[in-house]
Amino acid sequence: MALHRGRGFAAINYPIGMNLGGDPSQALVHSNPDGKFTVALSAIDLGQGMKSVVRQIAAETLGVPVEDVYVDTADSDTGPHDMGSFASRGTHRMGNAVIRAAQEARSVMLEAAAEELEVDAADLVTDGRGNIHVKGAPSRSITTMAAAQAAQFRQGRTIAGRGIFLVPLSDVDPETGEMSPVTTFAHAAMLVEVEVDDETGEVAVTDMQSAYEVGRALNPRLVEQQLRGGAWMGMSHAAWETTEPCYPARDHGPVDFNTYLMPGPGDLAPHHISVLERPAEDGPFGGKGPGEMCANPVLPAVVNAVYDAVGVRIDELPVTPEKVLRALRAQGGARPRRRL
Amino acid sequence: MRPVTFTLNGAPRAAFAAEGQNLLDFLRRGVGDLSPKYGCGQGSCGACTVIVDGETRLACLMPAEDAAGRRVETAAGLDPQGRHPLQEAFMEHFAAQCGYCTPGMLMAARALLDRNPRPSRDEVIEAISGNLCRCTGYEPIIAAILSAAEARA
Repeated sequence: MALHRGRGFAAINYPIGMNLGGDPSQALVHSNPDGKFTVALSAIDLGQGMKSVVRQIAAETLGVPVEDVYVDTADSDTGPHDMGSFASRGTHRMGNAVIRAAQEARSVMLEAAAEELEVDAADLVTDGRGNIHVKGAPSRSITTMAAAQAAQFRQGRTIAGRGIFLVPLSDVDPETGEMSPVTTFAHAAMLVEVEVDDETGEVAVTDMQSAYEVGRALNPRLVEQQLRGGAWMGMSHAAWETTEPCYPARDHGPVDFNTYLMPGPGDLAPHHISVLERPAEDGPFGGKGPGEMCANPVLPAVVNAVYDAVGVRIDELPVTPEKVLRALRAQGGARPRRRL
Repeated sequence: MRPVTFTLNGAPRAAFAAEGQNLLDFLRRGVGDLSPKYGCGQGSCGACTVIVDGETRLACLMPAEDAAGRRVETAAGLDPQGRHPLQEAFMEHFAAQCGYCTPGMLMAARALLDRNPRPSRDEVIEAISGNLCRCTGYEPIIAAILSAAEARA
Protein backbone atom coordinates (compact mmCIF):
# COMPACT_ATOMS: atom_id res chain seq x y z
CA MET A 1 0.00 0.00 0.00
CA ALA A 2 1.22 3.46 -0.79
CA LEU A 3 -0.01 7.02 -0.79
CA HIS A 4 0.63 8.85 -4.04
CA ARG A 5 0.61 12.59 -4.28
CA GLY A 6 -0.54 14.34 -7.40
CA ARG A 7 -1.28 17.80 -8.68
CA GLY A 8 -3.94 18.79 -11.19
CA PHE A 9 -4.83 21.96 -13.01
CA ALA A 10 -7.95 23.26 -14.73
CA ALA A 11 -9.02 26.54 -16.25
CA ILE A 12 -12.49 27.57 -17.38
CA ASN A 13 -14.42 30.30 -19.13
CA TYR A 14 -17.85 30.68 -17.64
CA PRO A 15 -20.71 32.39 -19.49
CA ILE A 16 -22.85 34.79 -17.47
CA GLY A 17 -26.56 34.24 -18.09
CA MET A 18 -28.26 32.39 -20.90
CA ASN A 19 -29.51 32.99 -24.43
CA LEU A 20 -33.06 31.83 -23.71
CA GLY A 21 -35.45 34.45 -25.09
CA GLY A 22 -32.78 37.05 -24.39
CA ASP A 23 -32.74 36.09 -20.70
CA PRO A 24 -34.48 39.23 -19.40
CA SER A 25 -34.76 40.56 -15.88
CA GLN A 26 -37.05 43.36 -14.79
CA ALA A 27 -36.88 45.61 -11.75
CA LEU A 28 -39.23 48.18 -10.26
CA VAL A 29 -38.03 50.86 -7.86
CA HIS A 30 -40.23 53.27 -5.94
CA SER A 31 -39.92 55.60 -2.99
CA ASN A 32 -42.14 55.77 0.04
CA PRO A 33 -43.10 59.09 1.66
CA ASP A 34 -40.32 58.59 4.20
CA GLY A 35 -37.79 58.90 1.39
CA LYS A 36 -36.74 55.29 1.56
CA PHE A 37 -36.80 53.12 -1.54
CA THR A 38 -38.18 49.69 -2.34
CA VAL A 39 -36.69 47.57 -5.11
CA ALA A 40 -39.08 44.89 -6.33
CA LEU A 41 -37.59 41.85 -8.04
CA SER A 42 -38.81 38.35 -8.74
CA ALA A 43 -35.43 36.66 -8.62
CA ILE A 44 -34.66 34.98 -5.35
CA ASP A 45 -31.77 35.30 -2.93
CA LEU A 46 -30.87 31.71 -2.00
CA GLY A 47 -28.10 32.89 0.27
CA GLN A 48 -25.73 33.92 -2.51
CA GLY A 49 -26.12 37.58 -1.49
CA MET A 50 -28.18 38.85 -4.41
CA LYS A 51 -30.26 41.12 -2.19
CA SER A 52 -27.17 42.68 -0.65
CA VAL A 53 -25.56 43.35 -4.02
CA VAL A 54 -28.74 44.68 -5.62
CA ARG A 55 -29.24 46.92 -2.60
CA GLN A 56 -25.76 48.38 -3.05
CA ILE A 57 -26.38 48.90 -6.76
CA ALA A 58 -29.72 50.63 -6.16
CA ALA A 59 -28.32 52.88 -3.42
CA GLU A 60 -25.32 53.85 -5.53
CA THR A 61 -27.49 54.68 -8.54
CA LEU A 62 -30.15 56.55 -6.60
CA GLY A 63 -27.53 58.41 -4.58
CA VAL A 64 -29.00 57.48 -1.21
CA PRO A 65 -27.59 55.58 1.80
CA VAL A 66 -27.67 51.80 1.45
CA GLU A 67 -29.75 51.67 4.67
CA ASP A 68 -32.51 53.54 2.82
CA VAL A 69 -33.04 50.76 0.28
CA TYR A 70 -35.21 47.70 0.87
CA VAL A 71 -35.13 44.83 -1.61
CA ASP A 72 -38.38 42.92 -1.92
CA THR A 73 -38.24 39.53 -3.66
CA ALA A 74 -41.34 38.25 -1.94
CA ASP A 75 -43.60 37.22 -4.78
CA SER A 76 -42.83 36.15 -8.32
CA ASP A 77 -46.56 36.19 -9.14
CA THR A 78 -47.07 39.87 -8.41
CA GLY A 79 -43.52 41.14 -8.92
CA PRO A 80 -41.88 42.19 -12.20
CA HIS A 81 -40.88 39.37 -14.52
CA ASP A 82 -37.56 37.61 -14.08
CA MET A 83 -36.04 34.46 -15.54
CA GLY A 84 -34.73 33.46 -12.12
CA SER A 85 -31.66 32.90 -9.99
CA PHE A 86 -29.46 30.58 -12.06
CA ALA A 87 -26.63 30.62 -14.61
CA SER A 88 -24.61 33.04 -12.46
CA ARG A 89 -26.84 35.76 -13.87
CA GLY A 90 -28.09 37.52 -10.73
CA THR A 91 -25.58 40.31 -10.29
CA HIS A 92 -25.28 40.92 -14.02
CA ARG A 93 -28.88 40.73 -15.21
CA MET A 94 -30.74 41.96 -12.14
CA GLY A 95 -28.04 44.50 -11.35
CA ASN A 96 -28.38 46.03 -14.81
CA ALA A 97 -32.18 46.07 -14.58
CA VAL A 98 -31.97 47.74 -11.15
CA ILE A 99 -29.58 50.42 -12.44
CA ARG A 100 -32.08 51.34 -15.15
CA ALA A 101 -35.04 51.39 -12.78
CA ALA A 102 -33.09 53.38 -10.20
CA GLN A 103 -31.95 55.89 -12.81
CA GLU A 104 -35.56 56.58 -13.79
CA ALA A 105 -36.62 56.88 -10.13
CA ARG A 106 -33.67 59.16 -9.42
CA SER A 107 -34.60 61.53 -12.21
CA VAL A 108 -38.13 61.89 -10.82
CA MET A 109 -36.71 62.39 -7.32
CA LEU A 110 -34.49 65.17 -8.63
CA GLU A 111 -37.44 66.78 -10.47
CA ALA A 112 -39.44 66.75 -7.24
CA ALA A 113 -36.51 68.26 -5.35
CA ALA A 114 -35.98 70.86 -8.08
CA GLU A 115 -39.59 71.97 -7.84
CA GLU A 116 -39.24 72.45 -4.08
CA LEU A 117 -35.90 74.28 -4.34
CA GLU A 118 -37.06 76.26 -7.39
CA VAL A 119 -33.99 75.30 -9.39
CA ASP A 120 -33.25 73.27 -12.51
CA ALA A 121 -33.13 69.51 -11.85
CA ALA A 122 -30.01 69.29 -14.00
CA ASP A 123 -28.15 71.36 -11.39
CA LEU A 124 -28.89 68.96 -8.54
CA VAL A 125 -26.62 66.31 -7.07
CA THR A 126 -26.99 63.77 -4.27
CA ASP A 127 -24.51 63.35 -1.44
CA GLY A 128 -25.24 59.68 -0.77
CA ARG A 129 -26.25 60.50 2.79
CA GLY A 130 -29.88 61.37 2.19
CA ASN A 131 -29.52 64.94 0.87
CA ILE A 132 -30.03 66.53 -2.52
CA HIS A 133 -28.37 69.89 -3.14
CA VAL A 134 -27.46 72.34 -5.85
CA LYS A 135 -24.11 71.52 -7.39
CA GLY A 136 -21.51 73.76 -5.77
CA ALA A 137 -24.00 75.14 -3.25
CA PRO A 138 -24.50 72.54 -0.51
CA SER A 139 -26.62 74.95 1.55
CA ARG A 140 -29.39 74.93 -1.07
CA SER A 141 -30.45 71.44 -0.14
CA ILE A 142 -33.43 69.23 0.62
CA THR A 143 -33.51 65.78 2.18
CA THR A 144 -34.68 62.85 0.10
CA MET A 145 -37.45 62.42 2.67
CA ALA A 146 -38.69 66.00 2.16
CA ALA A 147 -38.51 65.57 -1.60
CA ALA A 148 -40.43 62.29 -1.40
CA GLN A 149 -43.08 63.85 0.85
CA ALA A 150 -43.44 66.86 -1.46
CA ALA A 151 -43.85 64.52 -4.42
CA GLN A 152 -46.45 62.47 -2.61
CA PHE A 153 -48.49 65.14 -0.84
CA ARG A 154 -48.02 68.35 -2.86
CA GLN A 155 -46.89 67.66 -6.38
CA GLY A 156 -48.86 64.50 -7.05
CA ARG A 157 -45.79 62.80 -8.48
CA THR A 158 -44.71 59.17 -8.25
CA ILE A 159 -41.03 58.69 -7.54
CA ALA A 160 -40.66 55.40 -9.34
CA GLY A 161 -38.71 53.73 -12.08
CA ARG A 162 -38.87 50.71 -14.34
CA GLY A 163 -35.91 48.77 -15.64
CA ILE A 164 -35.32 45.79 -17.83
CA PHE A 165 -32.11 44.19 -19.04
CA LEU A 166 -32.36 42.07 -22.14
CA VAL A 167 -29.60 40.73 -24.34
CA PRO A 168 -31.21 40.25 -27.78
CA LEU A 169 -31.70 36.58 -28.58
CA SER A 170 -28.87 35.27 -30.72
CA ASP A 171 -30.06 32.98 -33.50
CA VAL A 172 -27.93 30.17 -34.81
CA ASP A 173 -26.58 30.64 -38.31
CA PRO A 174 -27.97 27.61 -40.17
CA GLU A 175 -24.90 27.41 -42.40
CA THR A 176 -22.07 27.81 -39.94
CA GLY A 177 -23.72 27.13 -36.57
CA GLU A 178 -22.34 30.43 -35.33
CA MET A 179 -24.07 32.33 -32.57
CA SER A 180 -23.25 34.75 -29.76
CA PRO A 181 -25.26 33.45 -26.83
CA VAL A 182 -23.25 35.31 -24.19
CA THR A 183 -21.97 38.85 -23.73
CA THR A 184 -19.73 38.27 -20.73
CA PHE A 185 -17.52 35.48 -19.50
CA ALA A 186 -16.00 35.04 -16.07
CA HIS A 187 -12.83 32.99 -15.74
CA ALA A 188 -11.18 30.72 -13.24
CA ALA A 189 -8.05 28.64 -12.79
CA MET A 190 -7.56 26.02 -10.12
CA LEU A 191 -4.66 23.96 -8.86
CA VAL A 192 -5.50 21.00 -6.65
CA GLU A 193 -3.24 18.62 -4.74
CA VAL A 194 -4.44 15.15 -3.83
CA GLU A 195 -3.28 12.04 -2.06
CA VAL A 196 -4.46 8.78 -3.58
CA ASP A 197 -4.33 5.57 -1.55
CA ASP A 198 -3.67 2.73 -4.00
CA GLU A 199 -4.99 0.12 -1.57
CA THR A 200 -8.34 1.71 -0.71
CA GLY A 201 -8.76 3.91 -3.78
CA GLU A 202 -9.51 6.87 -1.57
CA VAL A 203 -8.74 10.34 -2.86
CA ALA A 204 -8.05 13.10 -0.34
CA VAL A 205 -7.77 16.68 -1.52
CA THR A 206 -4.95 18.27 0.49
CA ASP A 207 -4.68 21.74 -1.01
CA MET A 208 -6.57 24.04 -3.36
CA GLN A 209 -5.26 27.19 -4.99
CA SER A 210 -7.44 29.27 -7.23
CA ALA A 211 -7.69 32.48 -9.17
CA TYR A 212 -11.12 33.78 -10.13
CA GLU A 213 -11.78 36.66 -12.49
CA VAL A 214 -15.21 38.01 -11.63
CA GLY A 215 -15.41 41.48 -13.15
CA ARG A 216 -15.56 44.00 -10.36
CA ALA A 217 -16.16 42.37 -6.97
CA LEU A 218 -19.10 44.54 -5.94
CA ASN A 219 -19.06 43.08 -2.45
CA PRO A 220 -15.65 41.49 -1.91
CA ARG A 221 -16.57 39.61 1.27
CA LEU A 222 -19.62 38.07 -0.38
CA VAL A 223 -17.53 37.14 -3.41
CA GLU A 224 -14.98 35.36 -1.26
CA GLN A 225 -17.71 33.63 0.72
CA GLN A 226 -19.29 32.35 -2.46
CA LEU A 227 -16.00 31.22 -3.98
CA ARG A 228 -14.99 29.36 -0.83
CA GLY A 229 -18.32 27.64 -0.31
CA GLY A 230 -18.89 26.94 -4.00
CA ALA A 231 -15.42 25.48 -4.53
CA TRP A 232 -16.03 23.14 -1.63
CA MET A 233 -19.25 22.01 -3.25
CA GLY A 234 -17.24 21.37 -6.41
CA MET A 235 -14.81 19.26 -4.38
CA SER A 236 -17.77 17.41 -2.96
CA HIS A 237 -19.07 16.69 -6.46
CA ALA A 238 -15.62 15.68 -7.66
CA ALA A 239 -14.89 13.08 -5.00
CA TRP A 240 -18.03 12.20 -3.09
CA GLU A 241 -21.54 13.03 -4.18
CA THR A 242 -23.50 10.60 -6.29
CA THR A 243 -26.78 8.77 -6.33
CA GLU A 244 -24.75 5.74 -7.46
CA PRO A 245 -23.62 3.08 -6.72
CA CYS A 246 -26.70 1.14 -5.90
CA TYR A 247 -25.98 -2.57 -5.51
CA PRO A 248 -27.51 -4.88 -6.38
CA ALA A 249 -30.48 -2.85 -7.61
CA ARG A 250 -31.34 0.74 -8.40
CA ASP A 251 -33.65 1.02 -5.42
CA HIS A 252 -30.70 0.48 -3.12
CA GLY A 253 -29.40 3.92 -4.08
CA PRO A 254 -28.91 6.61 -1.45
CA VAL A 255 -32.10 8.14 -0.14
CA ASP A 256 -30.97 10.29 2.78
CA PHE A 257 -28.00 12.00 4.40
CA ASN A 258 -26.81 8.72 5.89
CA THR A 259 -26.32 7.14 2.50
CA TYR A 260 -25.75 10.18 0.26
CA LEU A 261 -22.14 11.02 1.04
CA MET A 262 -20.87 14.55 1.43
CA PRO A 263 -17.57 15.61 2.94
CA GLY A 264 -17.81 17.18 6.37
CA PRO A 265 -15.74 19.82 8.14
CA GLY A 266 -13.16 17.15 8.98
CA ASP A 267 -12.40 16.65 5.28
CA LEU A 268 -11.54 20.28 4.57
CA ALA A 269 -8.51 21.21 2.53
CA PRO A 270 -6.95 24.66 2.72
CA HIS A 271 -8.14 26.83 -0.17
CA HIS A 272 -6.07 29.85 -1.17
CA ILE A 273 -8.15 32.23 -3.26
CA SER A 274 -7.07 35.10 -5.48
CA VAL A 275 -9.75 37.36 -6.93
CA LEU A 276 -8.90 39.22 -10.12
CA GLU A 277 -11.03 42.23 -10.90
CA ARG A 278 -11.47 43.22 -14.53
CA PRO A 279 -14.67 45.25 -14.76
CA ALA A 280 -17.03 43.95 -17.43
CA GLU A 281 -18.09 46.49 -20.04
CA ASP A 282 -21.75 45.58 -19.85
CA GLY A 283 -21.79 44.63 -16.16
CA PRO A 284 -23.41 46.71 -13.42
CA PHE A 285 -20.49 48.77 -12.11
CA GLY A 286 -18.36 46.19 -13.90
CA GLY A 287 -19.71 43.14 -12.03
CA LYS A 288 -20.11 39.70 -13.59
CA GLY A 289 -21.05 36.71 -11.44
CA PRO A 290 -18.98 34.30 -9.37
CA GLY A 291 -21.95 31.91 -8.98
CA GLU A 292 -21.62 28.47 -10.50
CA MET A 293 -18.13 29.12 -11.76
CA CYS A 294 -16.70 28.71 -8.27
CA ALA A 295 -17.49 24.97 -8.30
CA ASN A 296 -16.68 24.10 -11.90
CA PRO A 297 -12.88 24.10 -12.16
CA VAL A 298 -12.49 21.86 -9.11
CA LEU A 299 -13.83 18.78 -10.88
CA PRO A 300 -11.41 18.59 -13.83
CA ALA A 301 -8.56 19.67 -11.54
CA VAL A 302 -9.24 16.75 -9.19
CA VAL A 303 -9.46 14.28 -12.08
CA ASN A 304 -6.16 15.60 -13.46
CA ALA A 305 -4.55 15.38 -10.02
CA VAL A 306 -5.59 11.73 -9.68
CA TYR A 307 -4.09 11.04 -13.11
CA ASP A 308 -0.91 12.78 -12.00
CA ALA A 309 -0.80 10.73 -8.81
CA VAL A 310 -1.49 7.21 -10.01
CA GLY A 311 -1.73 7.38 -13.79
CA VAL A 312 -5.39 6.48 -14.17
CA ARG A 313 -7.82 8.67 -16.03
CA ILE A 314 -11.26 8.65 -14.36
CA ASP A 315 -13.79 9.88 -16.90
CA GLU A 316 -16.97 9.57 -14.91
CA LEU A 317 -17.72 11.62 -11.78
CA PRO A 318 -17.41 11.41 -8.90
CA VAL A 319 -13.97 9.91 -8.46
CA THR A 320 -15.02 7.23 -5.98
CA PRO A 321 -12.64 4.70 -4.38
CA GLU A 322 -14.36 1.97 -6.40
CA LYS A 323 -13.60 3.64 -9.73
CA VAL A 324 -10.02 4.34 -8.74
CA LEU A 325 -9.46 0.73 -7.63
CA ARG A 326 -11.02 -0.73 -10.79
CA ALA A 327 -8.88 1.56 -12.94
CA LEU A 328 -5.75 0.68 -10.94
CA ARG A 329 -6.46 -3.00 -11.35
CA ALA A 330 -6.97 -2.63 -15.10
CA GLN A 331 -3.71 -0.74 -15.33
CA GLY A 332 -1.83 -3.22 -13.19
CA GLY A 333 -1.11 -0.86 -10.32
CA ALA A 334 -0.30 2.76 -9.66
CA ARG A 335 1.91 4.48 -12.16
CA PRO A 336 2.63 7.96 -10.91
CA ARG A 337 2.84 10.20 -13.94
CA ARG A 338 6.16 11.74 -13.18
CA ARG A 339 7.66 8.24 -13.23
CA LEU A 340 6.06 7.34 -16.55
CA MET B 1 -52.26 15.16 24.32
CA ARG B 2 -50.53 15.71 27.59
CA PRO B 3 -49.06 18.83 29.18
CA VAL B 4 -45.29 19.27 29.18
CA THR B 5 -43.83 21.76 31.63
CA PHE B 6 -40.26 22.79 30.99
CA THR B 7 -37.91 25.77 30.84
CA LEU B 8 -37.35 27.37 27.44
CA ASN B 9 -34.44 29.78 27.23
CA GLY B 10 -34.71 30.47 30.94
CA ALA B 11 -38.46 31.04 31.11
CA PRO B 12 -40.97 28.51 32.43
CA ARG B 13 -43.26 27.16 29.70
CA ALA B 14 -46.06 24.67 29.43
CA ALA B 15 -47.72 23.32 26.32
CA PHE B 16 -49.58 20.22 25.17
CA ALA B 17 -47.65 17.55 23.32
CA ALA B 18 -49.31 14.94 21.16
CA GLU B 19 -48.55 11.28 21.77
CA GLY B 20 -45.22 10.48 20.14
CA GLN B 21 -44.54 14.08 19.11
CA ASN B 22 -40.87 14.89 18.88
CA LEU B 23 -39.30 17.90 20.57
CA LEU B 24 -38.66 19.70 17.28
CA ASP B 25 -42.27 19.55 16.18
CA PHE B 26 -43.37 20.44 19.70
CA LEU B 27 -41.11 23.51 19.83
CA ARG B 28 -42.07 24.72 16.37
CA ARG B 29 -45.82 24.04 16.34
CA GLY B 30 -46.74 23.73 19.99
CA VAL B 31 -44.58 26.49 21.46
CA GLY B 32 -43.92 28.67 18.41
CA ASP B 33 -40.12 28.74 18.59
CA LEU B 34 -39.15 28.49 14.93
CA SER B 35 -35.40 28.73 15.44
CA PRO B 36 -34.68 24.96 15.43
CA LYS B 37 -35.00 23.84 11.79
CA TYR B 38 -36.42 20.68 10.29
CA GLY B 39 -33.79 19.33 7.92
CA CYS B 40 -33.98 15.56 7.64
CA GLY B 41 -36.14 14.45 10.56
CA GLN B 42 -33.84 11.50 11.27
CA GLY B 43 -30.89 12.95 13.13
CA SER B 44 -28.48 13.20 10.20
CA CYS B 45 -28.22 16.93 9.50
CA GLY B 46 -28.09 18.75 12.85
CA ALA B 47 -30.36 21.63 11.78
CA CYS B 48 -32.63 20.97 14.78
CA THR B 49 -29.81 20.97 17.37
CA VAL B 50 -30.92 22.35 20.75
CA ILE B 51 -29.34 22.25 24.19
CA VAL B 52 -31.11 20.25 26.91
CA ASP B 53 -29.69 20.53 30.42
CA GLY B 54 -26.41 21.71 28.96
CA GLU B 55 -26.04 18.92 26.36
CA THR B 56 -26.69 19.16 22.64
CA ARG B 57 -29.66 17.12 21.53
CA LEU B 58 -31.20 16.50 18.13
CA ALA B 59 -34.71 17.76 18.74
CA CYS B 60 -36.14 15.63 15.93
CA LEU B 61 -35.08 12.45 17.73
CA MET B 62 -36.14 13.41 21.24
CA PRO B 63 -39.68 12.78 22.46
CA ALA B 64 -41.28 16.05 23.54
CA GLU B 65 -42.36 14.46 26.83
CA ASP B 66 -38.72 13.86 27.73
CA ALA B 67 -38.29 17.64 27.96
CA ALA B 68 -40.57 17.73 31.01
CA GLY B 69 -38.83 19.41 33.92
CA ARG B 70 -35.71 20.13 31.89
CA ARG B 71 -33.93 23.23 30.62
CA VAL B 72 -34.23 23.59 26.85
CA GLU B 73 -32.21 26.23 25.02
CA THR B 74 -32.59 27.23 21.37
CA ALA B 75 -30.92 29.74 19.08
CA ALA B 76 -33.82 32.15 19.69
CA GLY B 77 -32.68 32.45 23.30
CA LEU B 78 -28.95 32.93 22.69
CA ASP B 79 -29.29 36.63 23.45
CA PRO B 80 -32.86 37.90 23.49
CA GLN B 81 -31.70 41.51 23.95
CA GLY B 82 -29.14 41.74 21.19
CA ARG B 83 -26.60 39.46 19.58
CA HIS B 84 -24.64 36.74 21.29
CA PRO B 85 -20.86 36.84 20.68
CA LEU B 86 -21.26 33.71 18.53
CA GLN B 87 -23.87 35.45 16.40
CA GLU B 88 -21.58 38.47 16.06
CA ALA B 89 -18.74 36.19 15.02
CA PHE B 90 -20.92 34.37 12.48
CA MET B 91 -21.79 37.75 10.94
CA GLU B 92 -18.22 39.00 11.00
CA HIS B 93 -16.91 35.86 9.30
CA PHE B 94 -19.75 35.52 6.77
CA ALA B 95 -20.48 32.10 8.25
CA ALA B 96 -24.04 31.90 6.89
CA GLN B 97 -25.41 31.92 3.38
CA CYS B 98 -28.88 30.40 3.13
CA GLY B 99 -28.94 30.29 6.94
CA TYR B 100 -30.76 27.00 7.33
CA CYS B 101 -27.97 25.25 9.24
CA THR B 102 -27.09 28.35 11.27
CA PRO B 103 -29.29 27.88 14.36
CA GLY B 104 -28.05 24.30 14.76
CA MET B 105 -24.45 25.37 14.19
CA LEU B 106 -24.84 28.12 16.79
CA MET B 107 -26.19 25.70 19.39
CA ALA B 108 -23.47 23.13 18.71
CA ALA B 109 -20.90 25.91 19.07
CA ARG B 110 -22.53 27.29 22.20
CA ALA B 111 -22.45 23.87 23.90
CA LEU B 112 -18.79 23.46 22.89
CA LEU B 113 -17.72 26.84 24.28
CA ASP B 114 -19.66 26.25 27.48
CA ARG B 115 -17.72 23.09 28.25
CA ASN B 116 -14.46 24.08 26.53
CA PRO B 117 -13.91 27.85 26.35
CA ARG B 118 -10.69 27.61 24.33
CA PRO B 119 -11.21 24.77 21.85
CA SER B 120 -8.63 23.81 19.25
CA ARG B 121 -9.53 23.83 15.57
CA ASP B 122 -9.91 20.04 15.67
CA GLU B 123 -12.24 20.29 18.65
CA VAL B 124 -14.39 22.84 16.79
CA ILE B 125 -14.51 20.53 13.77
CA GLU B 126 -15.56 17.62 15.95
CA ALA B 127 -18.25 19.71 17.66
CA ILE B 128 -19.91 20.68 14.35
CA SER B 129 -19.30 17.37 12.58
CA GLY B 130 -22.94 16.40 13.09
CA ASN B 131 -24.18 19.58 11.42
CA LEU B 132 -24.40 19.70 7.62
CA CYS B 133 -23.82 22.93 5.71
CA ARG B 134 -24.29 23.08 1.97
CA CYS B 135 -23.24 26.68 1.32
CA THR B 136 -20.19 27.82 3.22
CA GLY B 137 -17.67 25.00 2.91
CA TYR B 138 -17.48 25.06 6.74
CA GLU B 139 -14.29 27.12 6.88
CA PRO B 140 -16.04 30.43 7.76
CA ILE B 141 -18.04 28.64 10.47
CA ILE B 142 -14.90 27.18 12.02
CA ALA B 143 -13.22 30.59 11.87
CA ALA B 144 -16.25 32.24 13.50
CA ILE B 145 -16.37 29.79 16.40
CA LEU B 146 -12.62 30.07 17.03
CA SER B 147 -12.83 33.86 17.00
CA ALA B 148 -15.83 33.89 19.35
CA ALA B 149 -13.83 31.73 21.75
CA GLU B 150 -10.91 34.13 21.52
CA ALA B 151 -13.13 37.15 22.09
CA ARG B 152 -14.64 35.55 25.19
CA ALA B 153 -11.29 34.62 26.71
